[in-house]
Amino acid sequence: MSENLIEIRGLKKNFGDLAVLKGIDMNIRKGQIVALIGASGSGKSTLLRTINQLEEATAGEIWFDGQLVNQDLPHRAREKHLNQLRREIGMVFQHFNLFPHLTAIENVTLAPTMLKLQNKSDALTSGKALLDKVGLADRIDHYPSQLSGGQKQRVAIARSLAMSPQVMLFDEVTSALDPELVGEVNRVMKQLAQEHMTMIIVTHDLRFAEDVSDHVVFLADGLVVEEGPPAQIFADPKHELTQSFLKQVF
Amino acid sequence: MGLDFSILPEYSDYFLTGTLWTLALTALSMFFSISGGILFAVLQLNRHAIIRWPTSFIAWLFMGTPLLLQLFLVYFGLVQIGIDLNAFVAGVIALSLHFAVYNSDIIRSAIVAVDSGQVEAARSLGLSNFQALRKIIVPQAVANVTPALGNMMIALLKESALVSVIGVMELTLSAQRAISDSFRPFEFYIAAAAIYYIINLGLEQAVHFAERRTARYR
Ligand SMILES: Nc1ncnc2c1ncn2[C@@H]1O[C@H](COP(=O)(O)OP(=O)(O)O)[C@@H](O)[C@H]1O
Ligand SMILES: [Mg+2]
Repeated sequence: MSENLIEIRGLKKNFGDLAVLKGIDMNIRKGQIVALIGASGSGKSTLLRTINQLEEATAGEIWFDGQLVNQDLPHRAREKHLNQLRREIGMVFQHFNLFPHLTAIENVTLAPTMLKLQNKSDALTSGKALLDKVGLADRIDHYPSQLSGGQKQRVAIARSLAMSPQVMLFDEVTSALDPELVGEVNRVMKQLAQEHMTMIIVTHDLRFAEDVSDHVVFLADGLVVEEGPPAQIFADPKHELTQSFLKQVF
Repeated sequence: MGLDFSILPEYSDYFLTGTLWTLALTALSMFFSISGGILFAVLQLNRHAIIRWPTSFIAWLFMGTPLLLQLFLVYFGLVQIGIDLNAFVAGVIALSLHFAVYNSDIIRSAIVAVDSGQVEAARSLGLSNFQALRKIIVPQAVANVTPALGNMMIALLKESALVSVIGVMELTLSAQRAISDSFRPFEFYIAAAAIYYIINLGLEQAVHFAERRTARYR
């Protein structure tokens, strides 16, 4: 058993009066590929977004690589702490959120150069290598508007990878894509899985979840209802909520 | 007395000086009003009311009062508290402040209009709020505001004529001087108008150029 990279303890998140996460406990080991599944509105995105603190937690603890993520710090210190942590936590969004005024390669090299992790020419070299890795070597100077959805999402993945994060969070990254473009993005995630990148993948694509993950977490109404290896969850779900969810979706 | 434009070349010195001063006045005020506009916009989006309030107050003050009054205040008013500015500098300051406030309004709405996912993506990469603002939000906002800002700068060029009243030898005052010498108001005002128009065309070209550049990625 390798050590936990992420530990979540009693995590709660409210939006005003609405309790969205109601006490989540979760461990993610280094190199683990976790598929996070559940109905729309069950809190999957919110859970991902509290891990890198795009949303503040209401209660509970999130530990990342031995550090408490949601520390109670004065504003400036908190910002600094989070900026440091977020470098290590890559995130890919459903709607890509590429920077439209920058080319593919500029999207990829912006953060590493700006945060002085790399000088311009090193960032360019590794940025090109990353775009090559996601199959876009011939698109480096294209603007996002000149790319298909699948290509945009692959640039977004390369942009996150450019920070050499320790974990990648994927929030329904193929949901906004035309069906014929889903495969090319899934293939990139699959390749990362084979390279033992730690990943949390939120997806409605259960076949892909089964194929790529080594651990499945089923979320319903802000709680972890059931978790286990994909073979067990998909073939032999124990909890009736899991059973009815899988029946609906498959 | 008929119109006689042949008198104009005799006074070309007036027009040259006037045009140069108008260009200098406009260019400097454009620069400061845009930089100031960005600064004001950013301050007005600050989390802290203590920073937002003074900027809102200044904005309210400059939007709610005539430019001419602001010009007098900067030029004649400040002398009283020991700040003796020359007319040109006073003109640049008044024009810059006045238009900075209008620009900041345009820029602020454009900043707010940038998709919130852009900041989230930038922050999730580890960029600070300020870095995200500078590299992600402002460039996109600037692209959004180019047309409106362009119109504002054309207005600035025209409003710069007001600075003639405190004695800056810009185009309008130069024309007036030439008129008091030649007693030919019509010809000289027409000529001055033509020069404003030509500068305007140049400005419009610059705006189109900027729009084309930012349209590249749309
Ligand atoms: N910023 C927000 N403000 C208020 N409610 C929100 C916000 N974000 C999400 N919610 C609510 O939280 C619930 C869970 O949302 P989400 O985490 O996006 O679910 P999922 O990703 O599983 O579909 C939903 O009811 C949603 O409306
Ligand atoms: Mg979601």
